[in-house]
Amino acid sequence: MIPRHLLIGVAALLALVVSMGIYVRHMRRQAGEFQYATDSPVAPPASGPTETVTLYVADDAAGMLRARSAQIPLPGGRQQRAEELLRALLRIYQQPGAPHPLAPAADIRSIFLVDPGAAVIDLNAAFADQHRSGILSEQLTVNSLVETLAVNVPGIQRVNILVEGKTRETLAGHADLTETFDVTTVEQAGNQ
Amino acid sequence: MPWTKVPSTQYPDSSSRRKAGYWALCAGYWVLLILTFLSAAPAADEKHISVFSPVAIYTLPVMEHASHEYVGLLELLEPLGRVSTQTDGRHWNLRYNALDAEFVAGKTRARIHGRNFDLAAPFLIENSRGLVPLSSLDALLPRFLGTPVNFHESARRLLVGEVGIQISFQLDASNPPRLVLNFSAPVNPTISTEPGKMRLVFKRDPVIPPESQPISFDSKVITRASYFESNGDAEFDVAATQPLMASFTNNRKTIVVSAIPATTPATGMPAAPNPAQAQPSAANVASRRVLAMVDPAHGGDERGAALSDTLAEKDVTLGFARLLRHELEIRGFAVALLRDGDTSSTLDQRASASNVAHASIYISLHATSQGSGARVYSALLPVEGSSKGAFHAWNTAQAPALPVSRMVSAAIVAELQKREFPARASSASLRPLNNVFMPAVAVELAPGADGVADLTNANYQQRAASAIADAVVSVRDRLGVQP
Repeated sequence: MIPRHLLIGVAALLALVVSMGIYVRHMRRQAGEFQYATDSPVAPPASGPTETVTLYVADDAAGMLRARSAQIPLPGGRQQRAEELLRALLRIYQQPGAPHPLAPAADIRSIFLVDPGAAVIDLNAAFADQHRSGILSEQLTVNSLVETLAVNVPGIQRVNILVEGKTRETLAGHADLTETFDVTTVEQAGNQ
Repeated sequence: MPWTKVPSTQYPDSSSRRKAGYWALCAGYWVLLILTFLSAAPAADEKHISVFSPVAIYTLPVMEHASHEYVGLLELLEPLGRVSTQTDGRHWNLRYNALDAEFVAGKTRARIHGRNFDLAAPFLIENSRGLVPLSSLDALLPRFLGTPVNFHESARRLLVGEVGIQISFQLDASNPPRLVLNFSAPVNPTISTEPGKMRLVFKRDPVIPPESQPISFDSKVITRASYFESNGDAEFDVAATQPLMASFTNNRKTIVVSAIPATTPATGMPAAPNPAQAQPSAANVASRRVLAMVDPAHGGDERGAALSDTLAEKDVTLGFARLLRHELEIRGFAVALLRDGDTSSTLDQRASASNVAHASIYISLHATSQGSGARVYSALLPVEGSSKGAFHAWNTAQAPALPVSRMVSAAIVAELQKREFPARASSASLRPLNNVFMPAVAVELAPGADGVADLTNANYQQRAASAIADAVVSVRDRLGVQP
């Protein structure tokens, strides 16, 4: 005859195996849902205290930039802060019905802050390849990036824009990306 | 006993030694600098041979020995196949693919694949390199390559196999006259202009001489074309009595050389009289001195924005430019279009052509399917590049003219608004606005009430062109005539 304590032990182990199986199945389903949800690009979560920043949002209909306050979490480092700022700007442009629509796949690869006073914005290929072609549309994008960066990251006086780490002649056939943008000149142009 | 300083008669004092050391260092530095410069700078008249083959295009240095020109045989064959050599200082053996050859220093007789071959001058070995005379290449190379070669010895251009690019001309006597150069394959010459001449230098293209040349044309503007070769390069010169500009089309297989209309009577080339005005007014005579350079943006492979599924920006800008040319001409201006067909030019070429022509105003035309009316842009200057004395940096050549450009821009906006076009002036980082030294604006035409269809509507374009022309007339006195 099998001792009672052994029966209880085997039953407990069986129950544990079954419950583990159910738990594993549940976890797999959750993982599948997560994979489905992340098929579209999502900006990495920013950590840090929430701050009020000023984003210069392009408005195609008005043909100008509009200053808009936003509360976004900003990390401590200057470079990460700059990247997060422009990603917040991109999220506005990627919403349905945006005043200046940009491609969903458009992204900022990185921003390099080079002292003294120079910033290099590296866009991904989709940003430029899928950008609408036209002087106004392209210039608004450039001005929006440059002014948002300059206003929120103190000390930036000059900005270069690269695409996939390389110099590109124009953003989408018009706006010249081979030269260095002077922040003051861009701001003055925005005030015209 | 106190120590006293005794001046030495044998050695100079320490400050003199320091000075001498300083001057020695300076002298050494300059000697090194000059030697480095001399060794790094290639001699301007260095001889070389250009080789054009289906697998590689390259140049090799040419050496002179006893009034014969020589080239390294290994270097010549290396890009064309597998080559190896052996030498004992007197004999020089070469293996090209599966073919053996033996040369002897100082001898003209060689053996190639078991057969004798006589060089035109003795074979040389220099630092283990085997040198053969250029004058033997015509006969020598087919032994190795098994394919005919065409060697232009006086020009040192060697064409291996059927790589030659043929050139043909056609003068189009339209106004302004155009010389159309057709090539049998795409070409990429270096183009430069000088008074009375445009030079196209082919360094990497195996262009072969035309059948007859030089060619004289029955034209008062484009008078003559000539082809010649020297030191590995081919050069095609077009002589003209007016400044010329060139544009590429047909996937770089056609180059259109056209004249830019003259600007001032002082140049001896008055602008063509406008038949629409038999008795021009004094004001028009004055304004005829002003050359307006109209640039229909994009062209050729560069289509610009897709305004609809079938409509490209480059087509709208060309039609718009032709209308603007007409509108400016009837107001007495000399007008040149930077392209008058579906041709492509780089932004630098557009700027150069405008600067060379000493245009008094540059107007770039664009079109968009977004927004409505028109936008007029002046240059948004970048951070200035380095200037050299009196010369402006290329990227900010527009700087001195920018105030007038903004004035022109405001005048165009005002005229457009008079014609009920929603219009606004702005600045854009749009090349080549910043590369031209005369007042320069860009006009981006947007649809009207009928949407994108307006962009090809002749009446719509006419209204816009008329407004721009009136605005240019209103600021004519500020444009002046460029020197």
